[in-house]
Amino acid sequence: MNAPSNLKYTKSDEWFDPASGAMGLTDYAQSQLSDIVFIEFLVEEGETVEAGKAIASVESVKASAEIYAPAAGKVTAVNKALSDKPETLNSDAFGEGWMVKVEGGVAGDVMDADAYVKYCEERAH
Amino acid sequence: MTSPAAPVVTTAKIVEPTIFEISSPGRRGVNMPASDVPETALPPKDLLRSDLPLPELAEVDVVRHYMRLSKFNYSVDDGFYPLGSCTMKYNPKINEDTCRLPGFLYTHPLQPIETVQGNLALMYETQEWLKEISGFAGITLQPAAGAHGEFTGVLMMAAYHKSRGDTKRTKMLIPDAAHGTNPASTGMLGMSVVTIPSDARGNVDLKALEAACDDTVVGMMLTNPNTLGMFDEHIEQVIKLVHDCGGLMYGDGANLNALLGILRPGDLGFDVMHFNLHKTFSVPHGGGGPGSGPVGVAARLADFLPAPVVGIVEEAEDDLPPLYGFITPKQSIGRMKAFHGHFGGGLVRSYTYIAMHGPNGLKDISQYAVLNANYLQARLRDTYHVPYDRICMHEFVAEGQFAGSDVRALDIAKRLMDYNFHPPTNYFPLIVHEALMIEPTETENKDTLDAFADALIKIADEAKTSPDLLHSAPHITPFGRMDEVKAARELVLCCWLPEDYNENE
Repeated sequence: MNAPSNLKYTKSDEWFDPASGAMGLTDYAQSQLSDIVFIEFLVEEGETVEAGKAIASVESVKASAEIYAPAAGKVTAVNKALSDKPETLNSDAFGEGWMVKVEGGVAGDVMDADAYVKYCEERAH
Repeated sequence: MTSPAAPVVTTAKIVEPTIFEISSPGRRGVNMPASDVPETALPPKDLLRSDLPLPELAEVDVVRHYMRLSKFNYSVDDGFYPLGSCTMKYNPKINEDTCRLPGFLYTHPLQPIETVQGNLALMYETQEWLKEISGFAGITLQPAAGAHGEFTGVLMMAAYHKSRGDTKRTKMLIPDAAHGTNPASTGMLGMSVVTIPSDARGNVDLKALEAACDDTVVGMMLTNPNTLGMFDEHIEQVIKLVHDCGGLMYGDGANLNALLGILRPGDLGFDVMHFNLHKTFSVPHGGGGPGSGPVGVAARLADFLPAPVVGIVEEAEDDLPPLYGFITPKQSIGRMKAFHGHFGGGLVRSYTYIAMHGPNGLKDISQYAVLNANYLQARLRDTYHVPYDRICMHEFVAEGQFAGSDVRALDIAKRLMDYNFHPPTNYFPLIVHEALMIEPTETENKDTLDAFADALIKIADEAKTSPDLLHSAPHITPFGRMDEVKAARELVLCCWLPEDYNENE
């Protein structure tokens, strides 16, 4: 399972990069959602987000899902390119599929990659 | 020479052009006679348009176009339609006779009440019957569909709290198995949604519920039986927890088909519930409507019902029947719809259905619906994993996936079409992987249920031996596998643009 070890993960399948302040949804989440066809951002640049608050909502051919901020902080960038190419979330969830960047990010209730992989495996049954 | 086996065709075999594409200038369906009334001036020019490209066809072209389209359709009159949570039961044809009786068909909602006493009596009686079936104290017939009923119900819950000066209640508790309309109805009122997880047996997780209950809770929206087809084993505790923190209990009536004549949500302690007349009480649906979503409320909410409700405005006397009319509840939230609900399409059909079955017949409906679902579950559980495997109510959810196979629920659903069955609901509820949600309803006999179970068992075998047959299904339908991703990503919302449309504006 693809879960880079430098990232932190939430139980609701978001990732957070403490180094860059970037956040998004995990590769596991995109594979569960299948083809993502729409994303709407719920925060703007300059806004302060709290951990656990919805930052975006995505729709796939199967379901829609809210994406919750894995960390608190001030939003410095929103990846608007995803609006035109939501399929990037399927092809590169941890890279070009980043959704929002924050500065001074304080992670909320997160776990490391090993714990997240185990958590995903448990849910598969 | 023998020809090789025909290759599997997966692309569309028949393409019916749109009505615009078969249009040809000058073709006419009707010839209008010369006007025999004086002409009047046209409205101001800026209210007129010159660019309305209506298709031009002869009558026979129009008839054939729509006849061909209708043959691509699949309905419950064609065959089995086990679309979970939608209760696609057979709709008796007597409904079509009654809703076309001239007294119902050729009336207008603005007629003086003295001239439509029959219609009002039918509405009054429908309210009374729905009360008796559900155990609620008051009913509104106005809402146009289930989700509209939810919105109406949540409005009444908010009005109730507000009337008591209890203004800090903003949270609605909604289980993770809920229909998506529940959080949507709540969100439309600006309330926040708190998701309550389900436990391992498919019940509301009581600990999580208890933790979420406080004095900011508007209430809880619960479907019981839930979308897993499970009757909540702690329903009385769930309701007590919500009531103890001052919240109201909303019942999503989508699954009422499991309970008729057996249990009344009002008696259990629910405060509000919408009915889906188009599910439980045989109003045809699919293709977006028309639905009908009356709402029942407990006594403490009756004053908040939408205005007007149908009531007796003059009591019966000697040989004279009562006079039915409209009554405005004291603290009404107002109108939810122009006029009085889906009268002919919804209420007359449902009235007919309830009258025809009577109390014992309604109970039979639910018992057969539950029996049919359990029979199918029993026949399929060894082939398809049923994650919440206990006695189900009117529907159950199986997983459409097999260990070591790349076949998915969607492939199984599409393959069922090759066996002439409508697929079950798939990918819902979200808490089951590759969900196949199967609701047979009371309509089907054992032969049909067996044929469906046989097909699903055969498909499971095909998934092992020839998975590509499933990946490329359906094969025998007029159209092959639709490209759902392309349809969702490349939206074409309009076939033409007004001549003054500027894309850069």
